[in-house]
Amino acid sequence: MRKFFLISGPYFWLLIFFLIPFGIVLKISLSDIAVSIPPYTPKLDFSEGWAGLQAFFAALDLESYVWLTEDDLYWKAYLSSVQIAAISTLLCLLVGFPIAYAMANAPQAWRPMLMMLVILPFWTSFLIRVYAWIGILSREGFLNQLLIWLGLISEPLTILNTDIAVYIGITYTYCPFMILPIYASLERLDASLLEAAEDLGCSRVKAFWLITVPLAKAGIIAGCFLVFIPALGEFVIPSLLGGSDTLMIGKVLYTEFFSNRDWPVASAVAVILLLILVIPIVLFQRNEQKQREAEQ
Amino acid sequence: MTDASAPFAPWDDPNETPLISIKGVSKRFGDFTALNNINLSIYTREFFALLGPSGCGKTTLMRMLDGFEHPSSGTITIDGQDMAGVPPNKRAVNMMFQSYALFPHLSIWDNIAFGLRRDGMPKDQMAARVEEMLRLTRLESFVRRKPHQISGGQRQRVALARSLAKAPKLLLLDEPLGALDKKLRQETQFELMDIQETTGTTFVIVTHDQEEAMTVASRVAVMGQGTLAQVDTPDRIYEVPADTYVADFIGEISLIPARCTGLSEGIARVSWSEDHPEILCSAQGGTVVDQACTFAIRPEKVSISSERTTAPNCLPGKIIDIAYTGNLSTYKVELATGQMISAQVANTARVANRPFTWEDAVWLSWSDTAGLCLPG
Repeated sequence: MRKFFLISGPYFWLLIFFLIPFGIVLKISLSDIAVSIPPYTPKLDFSEGWAGLQAFFAALDLESYVWLTEDDLYWKAYLSSVQIAAISTLLCLLVGFPIAYAMANAPQAWRPMLMMLVILPFWTSFLIRVYAWIGILSREGFLNQLLIWLGLISEPLTILNTDIAVYIGITYTYCPFMILPIYASLERLDASLLEAAEDLGCSRVKAFWLITVPLAKAGIIAGCFLVFIPALGEFVIPSLLGGSDTLMIGKVLYTEFFSNRDWPVASAVAVILLLILVIPIVLFQRNEQKQREAEQ
Repeated sequence: MTDASAPFAPWDDPNETPLISIKGVSKRFGDFTALNNINLSIYTREFFALLGPSGCGKTTLMRMLDGFEHPSSGTITIDGQDMAGVPPNKRAVNMMFQSYALFPHLSIWDNIAFGLRRDGMPKDQMAARVEEMLRLTRLESFVRRKPHQISGGQRQRVALARSLAKAPKLLLLDEPLGALDKKLRQETQFELMDIQETTGTTFVIVTHDQEEAMTVASRVAVMGQGTLAQVDTPDRIYEVPADTYVADFIGEISLIPARCTGLSEGIARVSWSEDHPEILCSAQGGTVVDQACTFAIRPEKVSISSERTTAPNCLPGKIIDIAYTGNLSTYKVELATGQMISAQVANTARVANRPFTWEDAVWLSWSDTAGLCLPG
């Protein structure tokens, strides 16, 4: 009996905080827009009993989903989100791996401090950090001033309100999620493995590709998913740093909910986004499981 | 070797050129001198042991042979080639690591083939070579497994197979049996010797276990504090230690400070106490009359009796301690002057019939060649 309660704990949590909210969103996505509070029909009313319930289900339809296929804004937004998330993930990997590698090879005494430095930005508000990038990237911002002062450019560059600013923002924000799992896998790497590879005829560079990278693979995959999944639905960074033509599904979702007050379409957008995310999440969990099996 | 019946002793043959010669090698880490002016020659097909306590520099010396450390001064030549500036991956030297350092993401087969792949060996030749290594180390049934799926003893054999696969001129073994339990370690020692003989590879083993070094090696270098204390065959290291450090490090020995008073036909007379007769013992090359020396004797060379004997050396004493180790009993006997001498007796009879016990007055006796007169 106690065992049952222990096991049911997490499921209960998932039910309350994931499955029921998802059910509500799914229900709204099948409803129709209406000028009322809340702004959709039908509403679930238990007072009319069985007949009321039947009428409720009869009124649900897939109209919002059909709408998503009719306007090319939506699939373009999904596609562009996947593209931005994928490129940002790659950028995070390119920036994060060398940092993680340097941390793992730093003297033992430095490592806690380096780890601290990676985590430190989380102590300030995410919103403020993204705002700070506006000050850096704008035409009169620090970056342009620095480049002009160095004589590298004569005219200020337009970075803010472009996709490049979005890439910079996402890479900056999510880099720690890439660094930490890679660092964890590199730190466990036994230095004598690299010596053994060298002893058996590898150059240092070859040993890096044949030993270090394969052994950090699990960390790299974990880091990529940890960046890709939140970046896909990112809303704050594209709306603050991106331009009017930066198309991301998070922004579309926001517009549908708050500007258009079209809750059913917004919910449909959210449900599709979730379905897109399910694929990488399942892959991620399979990776984790494989890694755990390998360690046993 | 010109004569097949002659014992393997290239170090005694002046015409033999050593495979490895280490000349005047020193290594300093900042203020710390890890190795101080090491001179050593190691010959082809030798099984050479570097033996010493931790921190004596044996691992540093071995890592120099593999190219992971570089001498601060002096030269190392392997097969006539000066090794200065030659990186580890360009040396015909392979190492079996203490931790085995098997690649966890590769199967046993791929681990063994790793070095061959780097050499770009053709596929069929490589497969044949890996098979040969697997047969040699009796690992045929584990090829598809990953290192974490096999036992410690099997991992040790994979590490050996991997380091032998490239047929190196020199194989270095860093505490190869340290992680195995005692029984398996003893079995593996003989296996190592067989494999060394079969492949004809020159082995250099680093160990702090003197029994291991004595069992496997053709010659042993006893190291202490960054210097070579003695380089010799195991029996000579044990029977004719160069000094008190080697004598004390290898096996058990009783040491008594004394003074040499006479020397004739290899037998030295040493005076160690004013009230007792002088001891007769074997003289060493360095024994000088009228100089301070140390009388040394191994416990198994001392016999213990309740009556005085007619042996050349016979001293009375009292049993202070008895160490029972199953096959042997070691009696720690205190002489009248307070010095201790150990005597070892094989337990041919049951312990219950033991003739001596604590506090018994006994006589210790030994022959005139049993003891040694060590310098200093």
